Amino acid sequence: MTAAAQRSATVLRAARPASMRRDRRRALFWSYVFLIIFVIFFLTPPIYMLITSLKTSAEISAATNPWWVFAPTLQNYIELLTSPVYLTFFRNSAVVSVLVVVISMLVSIPAAFSLSRMRFWGSTTLATGVFLTYLIPDTLLFIPLFKIFAFLHDLTGIEFINHWWVLIIIYPTLTIPFCTWIMIGYFSSIPKELDEAALMDGAGYMQTLIMIFIPVALPGIIAATIFAFTVSWAQFLYPLAFTTSADQLVLPVGIVTTLIKGDVFNWGQIMTGALLGAAPPLVIYAFLMDYYIAGLTAGATKG
Amino acid sequence: MAEVTLRQVTKTYDDTPAVRGIDLQILDKEFVVLVGPSGCGKSTTLRMIAGLEDITGGEILVGGAVINDVPPKDRDIAMVFQNYALYPHMTVYENMSFGLRLKKVAKDEIRVRVENAARILDISALLERKPKQLSGGQRQRVAMGRAIVRNPKVFLFDEPLSNLDAKLRVQMRIEIKRVHQKVRTTTIYVTHDQVEAMTLADRVVVMNDGLIEQVGAPNDLYHAPKTKFVAGFIGSPAMNFAPCKLEEMAGGLQVRLNEDIAFPVPQGRAGRYRPHLHRSDLLFGLRPEHILERRSQPEPNLHAFDVTLEVTEPMGMETLVYFRVNGTEVCGRVNPNAGAKAGAPMRLVADLNNMHLIDDASGKVL
Repeated sequence: MTAAAQRSATVLRAARPASMRRDRRRALFWSYVFLIIFVIFFLTPPIYMLITSLKTSAEISAATNPWWVFAPTLQNYIELLTSPVYLTFFRNSAVVSVLVVVISMLVSIPAAFSLSRMRFWGSTTLATGVFLTYLIPDTLLFIPLFKIFAFLHDLTGIEFINHWWVLIIIYPTLTIPFCTWIMIGYFSSIPKELDEAALMDGAGYMQTLIMIFIPVALPGIIAATIFAFTVSWAQFLYPLAFTTSADQLVLPVGIVTTLIKGDVFNWGQIMTGALLGAAPPLVIYAFLMDYYIAGLTAGATKG
Repeated sequence: MAEVTLRQVTKTYDDTPAVRGIDLQILDKEFVVLVGPSGCGKSTTLRMIAGLEDITGGEILVGGAVINDVPPKDRDIAMVFQNYALYPHMTVYENMSFGLRLKKVAKDEIRVRVENAARILDISALLERKPKQLSGGQRQRVAMGRAIVRNPKVFLFDEPLSNLDAKLRVQMRIEIKRVHQKVRTTTIYVTHDQVEAMTLADRVVVMNDGLIEQVGAPNDLYHAPKTKFVAGFIGSPAMNFAPCKLEEMAGGLQVRLNEDIAFPVPQGRAGRYRPHLHRSDLLFGLRPEHILERRSQPEPNLHAFDVTLEVTEPMGMETLVYFRVNGTEVCGRVNPNAGAKAGAPMRLVADLNNMHLIDDASGKVL
């Protein structure tokens, strides 16, 4: 090796850490650029909602600077939170969502357990089938579902349409497939020896599920819970199609149908209602975010 | 405490036979090790005894009762798994007491049993920890503790030491033996490590390709293997095999390996070997520890021969020497002071008291 080559080799060795630092700094710079763009893009609507919710109708229609509140007021909040009809929407939404979460979990946890652990005839086909049902867009299903309820009404005399509780029957058809699928993945990542050990210790299937699988798979179950809650809380199309009377409405539909009177848009209250409606999922996400991420990425790596 | 009996047990996975008819009688309080290469059916056999696999054919009896259709939880058998399979959300105490809690054993009784098992295994200080706060060896002890507290009829171990590092493995091996001497429960232990098998077992069951090759005490398997497979599997480094011919010589028989090397057959074996005279498909088998450096005094049935060494491996207490006979690599174990050097000629002796003659076609030791 010549002296020059040696020198250039040492220069290269010394240069490498510096260039890695430079690469890292460049990567960080661009990460921040894009993160800031996304944050602005996604936070602008809620901030606009918050600003508008603090304005009086007069100020909104006065077309002052839309990004500034000149006379802040809580009038919209007070009116909504004291209005019986809005509280009914809220209650309907809460009851529907909680019950849907409970039903989804009661069905999809045992379903996922049996599909991932009990090898029975057709279990893999069934597991794939569960996932395929999730791939069908919701919007394709509401007309057939409507027809089915009409048919059931003719058959049994029970009126399904225009009752808030019909949503408790409908939403699980959307949530259960996905929740089951998440949990099949999660349960499959639990080592087989664990249930074999429980089996040897004398546990039956039910005991293995309740005492071993549910505690171990808690992050996955929480992820599924959040998903089920979000779906049923934010659903718009189905309640719009299936419920019409004001006392049967849930929050998203209720805000749109009752706060828009004819061609009068009560923007202040619409924004307030939407903001309050977005609060419960936000609170749940904030508390369970870590679990949610752990649940969604489970099985990607071992451990 | 119970005997375990296997009668013509078979297991087939979608037409692929895993276990092809096993007969085995395991005595009460006995420590039996199933050993063999991977895929030989040893784990499948164990899992059939546990009830984790269906039995395709034959019968398994525990304590005299057929358990083929008894669910695992009613077999009163405890199993220790390779990856410990501790319940990650429970403390050591909860892990160990899980089986007893399911059986609704009284709380005081559970506490006594768990503490007793913890004392035997030296894990009393760890009872409130979670599995992830334990080292590999400690987890292994907890897994054993979980089996001991149940006081089952039979312990099953499925390669329990293969996740541990070499040093810990030796420690835990001794630990398992110590525990068995204390609790005296019938134990069936599966491993692919012949050293574990030899050191732990009252009797070793060597399996190959879904069948039992040989059952016997460790020393019997070592000194009197019945098949070429057992001869090659038990012992490390493995037994040397070289093609040979059996010839008549003055006053007896001799085994000829090539033009230069021929060993006289010890008198005691001549009668047994005589029917195989002049066969061309025989193998000569001799363990490395029976190929030694030259002795100053001639001893009966130690026969000297000359080779050129290819490789030497000093191990400290001995040196392994490798050379070729008719193209077959042969290993010997000599004294480190014997002056073995790679590439140099060396005079070695073969201890023919320990020779084996193998029928290569059937794999049987003659």
